[in-house]
Amino acid sequence: MFAFIGRRIGTLFVILFGSSFILYNLAAISGDPREQYKFATDERSRSVLRGLIRQLDLETPPPLRYFKWLKDVLGVFYGRANFGVTRDNEEVITRLAAAIPTTLKLVTAATLTAIFLGIALGIVTALRQYSRFDYVVTFFSFLMFSLPIFWVAVLLKQFMAIEFNNFLEVGYIDVGWRILIAAFTAVFWAGVIGGSKNRIAKVAISAFVLTFGVLTAIVALKWFNDPGLGPIVVFLLSVGIALAVTAISMGIDNRPALKSSLSIALLTFILYYPLQYAFDRYSSWLLILALAVLTLATASLISVLFAKIDQGAVIRTSVITSIGCGLIVILDRLLNTWSEYLTLDGVNGRPIPTVGQVNPLMTTDDFWLVQLDTVIHLILPTVALTLISFAGYIRFSRGTMLEVLNQDYIRTARAKGLSERVVVVRHAFRNTLIPITTIIVVDISGVIGGAIITERVFGWSGMGTLFNKAISGYDLNLLMGVFAVTATLAVLANLVADLLYAALDPRIRVGNRL
Amino acid sequence: MSIFKKKTSNLETAEIDAAENAIASREVQGLTQRQIVIRRFLHHKAAVTSLIILTTLVVVIFSGSGIYIGPWRIPGWWKYDIETLNDLNVCSDGRLGCPTLSLVPKWLGGDGISLGEHPLGQDDIGHDYLALILRGAQRSLMITFIIGAIAGAIGTVVGAIAGFFAGRIDNVLMRFVDFLITIPSIIIGSVIGYHFGNLGALFLAFYLGLFAWTGLSRLVRGEFLSLREREFVDAARVAGASNNRIIFKHILPNAVGVIVVSVTLLMSGAILLETALSYLGFGVVPPDVSLGLLISTYQDAFTTRPYLFWWPGVTIIVIALSINFIGDGLRDAFDPRQRRKVTLNERRIKLFNRLMRKSQNV
Repeated sequence: MFAFIGRRIGTLFVILFGSSFILYNLAAISGDPREQYKFATDERSRSVLRGLIRQLDLETPPPLRYFKWLKDVLGVFYGRANFGVTRDNEEVITRLAAAIPTTLKLVTAATLTAIFLGIALGIVTALRQYSRFDYVVTFFSFLMFSLPIFWVAVLLKQFMAIEFNNFLEVGYIDVGWRILIAAFTAVFWAGVIGGSKNRIAKVAISAFVLTFGVLTAIVALKWFNDPGLGPIVVFLLSVGIALAVTAISMGIDNRPALKSSLSIALLTFILYYPLQYAFDRYSSWLLILALAVLTLATASLISVLFAKIDQGAVIRTSVITSIGCGLIVILDRLLNTWSEYLTLDGVNGRPIPTVGQVNPLMTTDDFWLVQLDTVIHLILPTVALTLISFAGYIRFSRGTMLEVLNQDYIRTARAKGLSERVVVVRHAFRNTLIPITTIIVVDISGVIGGAIITERVFGWSGMGTLFNKAISGYDLNLLMGVFAVTATLAVLANLVADLLYAALDPRIRVGNRL
Repeated sequence: MSIFKKKTSNLETAEIDAAENAIASREVQGLTQRQIVIRRFLHHKAAVTSLIILTTLVVVIFSGSGIYIGPWRIPGWWKYDIETLNDLNVCSDGRLGCPTLSLVPKWLGGDGISLGEHPLGQDDIGHDYLALILRGAQRSLMITFIIGAIAGAIGTVVGAIAGFFAGRIDNVLMRFVDFLITIPSIIIGSVIGYHFGNLGALFLAFYLGLFAWTGLSRLVRGEFLSLREREFVDAARVAGASNNRIIFKHILPNAVGVIVVSVTLLMSGAILLETALSYLGFGVVPPDVSLGLLISTYQDAFTTRPYLFWWPGVTIIVIALSINFIGDGLRDAFDPRQRRKVTLNERRIKLFNRLMRKSQNV
């Protein structure tokens, strides 16, 4: 095992060395930062040129310069990493340190949403293979495969930012639109749930009525002027989550699981006002972290109290429920800040921005306002990135699920009389997750360097912006800095994926693979 | 069919299995591999529709804008080219350069079906937009096909050599692939595009193709690694076939499915890569046009002159979408494992029901 990892890390260094050497020389021969001063005659340009040559060591031929660069970078191992300076005489490492968190913030939400929705839709389409729902989802996933992201971005800016802000100023949804939205929801859920005609009709009608009712209530209460969920809605949503999670993971007949997840929902309701007080008084990341730990601990404790057998599965159920409830409480708190946010400078009642990563005119340092500001600026890029990337997850998890469903052990599970839920959730879904996990790891590493276009379209300055600057300014050190981060992540992710595969799938032994 | 008619009363599982095999073999009876693949492909409606759409588009685009390669010029059927500046068309509402395409017939109260002078409108300085779109789409398609051809060829050869000879050769080649894979395609593309983009779109495509083959070569290698262990390869070797003959006559025809499918996927990725590069300014440079360049130039025109924004975008989506669907159809045709098992399950249920009905009738 350790010999295997050691060998792999050795190969990894060789690969990084090789690819960085190729890129360095490729970039060096393809452009010269001196070019723009080549024919300059005035003294000022000439002194700039001399400074540039000294600063970037341009007299040394590129292959040799590469080894100098490499020597400095390898300083990482004794604590003195030096990635060189950019053209503007800034340390590359400080630029990277500023850019990485921005990119992470940009891509994390999108990646998580894409993974979650993609896997869910992929599995549902696999279970309803060759149904109309499957065809529609397949069509849309191919459509999303084929969309250029900056083209989508223009549409999003128009319809999700400008038009939506216009809508917020009125805050009224026409009856026609309400019916249309409700009908769409009805068709969607009918497709997801499936079954006999009777059941489809029931699902569709209840989804329609529910959506239409909620929309009408929203309009009647002028909800958009001062959104928020309030204790009752938070409670109802928590109960809904508890029921749904229990139904999917353990089955609704499982008493201990049902009891423990419902008591978490009840606890959410009881603690609603104390939580609001805590949120107002001690708002900080520390509080959120402490509450998160407390929530998970309580969830585990409750399930241990209720369940005598199969404790692990019950704990899982209640932990998922508690995460859902916690997110709803936080969402509620953020929405409560909404009306105050609308009045801020630079917002003026038009909250959804088309570009930028923060509201530059915001002066307040109120915790919730700042968080809401971040979230709002993340909406458009997140939707765009999610749309583009989750098509891949849909296709992949659908394919894997179908393959798993055709395995012999699924037939065995059905033959011994297990319910369809147990077959799908416990036997098929878990085995589907194995290849998906490895894909996810590799994807996440790629996403750090892969948001180049998104950053540009939405005016964020992260890794992509650095990269753009490096390419168009022939800034070799900067380019190599960006590359060092993305390439190291890529090879590490491949290693992690292999190890995870071996850990998750007992049929694979690490030593044999390579 | 005759099998089931004889013994309908007995419902042993073995017989259902036999019936299943009969259906499976009847489906492919007396057909060559190629006929089977074509037949399966034709059953995939979305793929066939996409193939028709893509072919029509390719014909219209290439014949419309004409083919200009160096000094050879074959003019197309569309009367304008991308260089001529035309007088800006004044429309009824006083705006300049608006589209004259009219699709509402007269009897519905429209202006009748006609193309007009500039069906898709004009850009700021009077270029005909249809001519720009035709030429841009032609460029994008050519880039796509060139990348597909070059990357397909290199990837197949490298993968085939690595997979067939295995051992040290495989190790060396695959480590080289690892080098290239660590560099994200958009980084390679940008470095190449920024410095070779001015040589023209075709050179850009050529260089991009030189780097785009890595994923394909891995797949082909995997396929070759498993095929070379099969009995028919041993048989060929015992019969005295040379390595060349085994690779080209025995293994390659069996691996062609994987190759064709991944080349189509590579091409649909390539058209988006070109678009992205042109958007970043590292791709096709003016005065040449490509669809990506058109979108990035007119992305702000969405509210004022939406036709400048919609047409290039929709063209790219239609092209990429149809390539994706064709790839999906090809995968189903070459590798029906996923599909077949499920359809067989369904057929088994149908068959079972039919047999039940018949046994009740008897």
